[in-house]
Amino acid sequence: MKREYVIALAGNPNTGKSTLFNALTGLKQHTGNWAGKTVTIAEGTYVHKKNTYRLIDLPGTYSLFSNSTDEEVARNYIVFEQPAVTLVVVDATSLERNLNLALQIIEMTPNVIICINLMDEAEKRGITINENVLTKKLGVPVVKITARSKKGFALLFDTIDRLVSNVIQGTPNVVRYQPEIEEKIAKLEPFVRTVVNDTISARWIALRLLDGDESLLQELMKRWNRGEEEILCPQTEHMVHI
Amino acid sequence: MSANGAHGAHMTLASLYEKAQEMSNANLRDQIVQQLYMKSQELCSASVTFSKTKRDVRTEKLDRIFTSPIWGFPIMMSLLGVLFYLTIAGANVPSDLIAQSFGYIEGQLTTLFQLLSAPQWLHGLLILGLFRGTAWVVSVMLPPMAIFFPMFALLENYGYLPRVAFNMDRVFKKVGAHGKMSLTMAMGFGCNAAAMMSSRIIESPRERMLAILTNNFVPCNGRWGTLIVLSSLFMAAGFSSGVGMFVTTGTVVGIVLFGIMVTFFVSWVLSKTALKGVPTHYTLELPPYRRPKVFETVIRSSLERSLAVLMRAVKVAAPAGFATWILANVNVGDTSVLLHIVHFLDPFAQALGLDGYILMAFIVGLPANEIVMPILLMAYLSTGSLTEVDNLGDLKQIFVDHGWTWLTALNMMLFSLLHFPCGTTLVNIYKETKSAKWTLISFLIPTVIAIVVTWGVAQTVYYLR
Repeated sequence: MKREYVIALAGNPNTGKSTLFNALTGLKQHTGNWAGKTVTIAEGTYVHKKNTYRLIDLPGTYSLFSNSTDEEVARNYIVFEQPAVTLVVVDATSLERNLNLALQIIEMTPNVIICINLMDEAEKRGITINENVLTKKLGVPVVKITARSKKGFALLFDTIDRLVSNVIQGTPNVVRYQPEIEEKIAKLEPFVRTVVNDTISARWIALRLLDGDESLLQELMKRWNRGEEEILCPQTEHMVHI
Repeated sequence: MSANGAHGAHMTLASLYEKAQEMSNANLRDQIVQQLYMKSQELCSASVTFSKTKRDVRTEKLDRIFTSPIWGFPIMMSLLGVLFYLTIAGANVPSDLIAQSFGYIEGQLTTLFQLLSAPQWLHGLLILGLFRGTAWVVSVMLPPMAIFFPMFALLENYGYLPRVAFNMDRVFKKVGAHGKMSLTMAMGFGCNAAAMMSSRIIESPRERMLAILTNNFVPCNGRWGTLIVLSSLFMAAGFSSGVGMFVTTGTVVGIVLFGIMVTFFVSWVLSKTALKGVPTHYTLELPPYRRPKVFETVIRSSLERSLAVLMRAVKVAAPAGFATWILANVNVGDTSVLLHIVHFLDPFAQALGLDGYILMAFIVGLPANEIVMPILLMAYLSTGSLTEVDNLGDLKQIFVDHGWTWLTALNMMLFSLLHFPCGTTLVNIYKETKSAKWTLISFLIPTVIAIVVTWGVAQTVYYLR
């Protein structure tokens, strides 16, 4: 049975996200990164085992706290458009900084694959990464690749395939915060569940509300007023106007 | 979902947000970020191993010094001081040399004009107006720029600037601004107009506006000439040349620090009033220190920055020199248009510790700060004795002849540091903010501060006398 899945590419700037995008889709495209301008999202497709995968190259960001338009666009896509898989591209040579974003994304959705890119660069610098430990600790699949030379793509395709066909499932081990914050989240979560439907993580929304994320609140209100159907419809527009 | 139901959900969301905000506190974001970082660190120490000692030990060691809470600021200040000292000490001799050769050329050209028995007004317009103005811009500005820009570029290439941003972050946060503002400020040392574009690196519109509105308090290269020349002529008087150089440097560093303090103060006031808000969290990459490619950097920064800036200055200075000469030589009644303007401005200017000529030069110099000094000199020369200016000593005599004291020099420096942005910067502010209102505000804030500060200084000194 032929099917189509949407895959969102997220990651810090300069992690080779666009290189991976081009390598997978064969499209030569460029993503604009300037805040305050129209944020262009590149889109392309590839076919694997008769299934079509639609790739969305989200703007590169360091975090998803909606500090900037780019961060809002990326966050809204992951949370509201609900792609089948969110591929988080991280830089093997500065994993520690990059994992920050990955930790924020696994709070939003369980359908995540962490893609450690630039492995050739890391090997040159004598950096070894045990992806199995990371998989176990994060609760989502972790795959090592080198986008430039398409190394590791077979395993990546296979992992995407198994995740979308529910052979494997992500069970993220999200970050536990300081006890007093956890207490507040626990208090808010039941209320969130009564207001927001269960397609979006109640824990995550509770956390964002505590953090005072007004842009998310606006977005939630806007989408709720538009009606339920539209929330789940993937956007066909590729240009998101600010 | 029915319209009613949607409305209901809407209301509940808003009240839920209020509820969450009541439970929340100011440092929740910091706690969240801290926990994320700790988790990342924990994950990495469990999964990443380094076979070569390629953890950049050198960078880590250097960062421990350059971004240390104790040494960070003193090192920054001394680097700034060294940079200015080398610029001032190094620029003196070449400045004199260039001025002398221009003086020689001027003499030759005058002889040529006499040989051709060209009319007096043409000589005045072309030589005394156009040539002299341009010559001054080149001889006063080129040497400091040729020294300052390459050295600054070397620091930049070495990777020091992000560390400055790191050190300054805490201070910026206190005044409600974004830490990346130190990068746009660094850019402003070169050119405020260019810094307007660079403010795009700040994502939040509120903090970006702060960066745009305060950038002018960092002296751009167009004002370096003025600051350096005035402080070496008037502030170091009475000291031997070696000590004098230190006094000059000290004055310039002091002026720059004062500008930075004003930046903090204005940011703080604005973020408490018109641009209310808390600074956003951001990630700053501290790239590894790299040995800069010295030769390439020096060549590129000399060509790209020094020459480009100079060309711009000359382009604006030439017509302004033209205009000044015409103003000084066209008479209405029995005095020139220039003197009419000067007399009109004089009472107000005197209250600020300046004179009518200086204020006129700042107003006519709106297109570019580079031409304020040449216009002032031309105005003085056109009305007083026509001394030929061969060196900086002669230059001081011109000022003193027009009643200058150290107070005049100090207040002109302060006014230059604080006054309205140049025309190009204003155009760029309009382009970046797309708002006539904010462009006007960006003109008014510095102008009012410049008037208040110079007035305060002048009145205090007058009172003490």
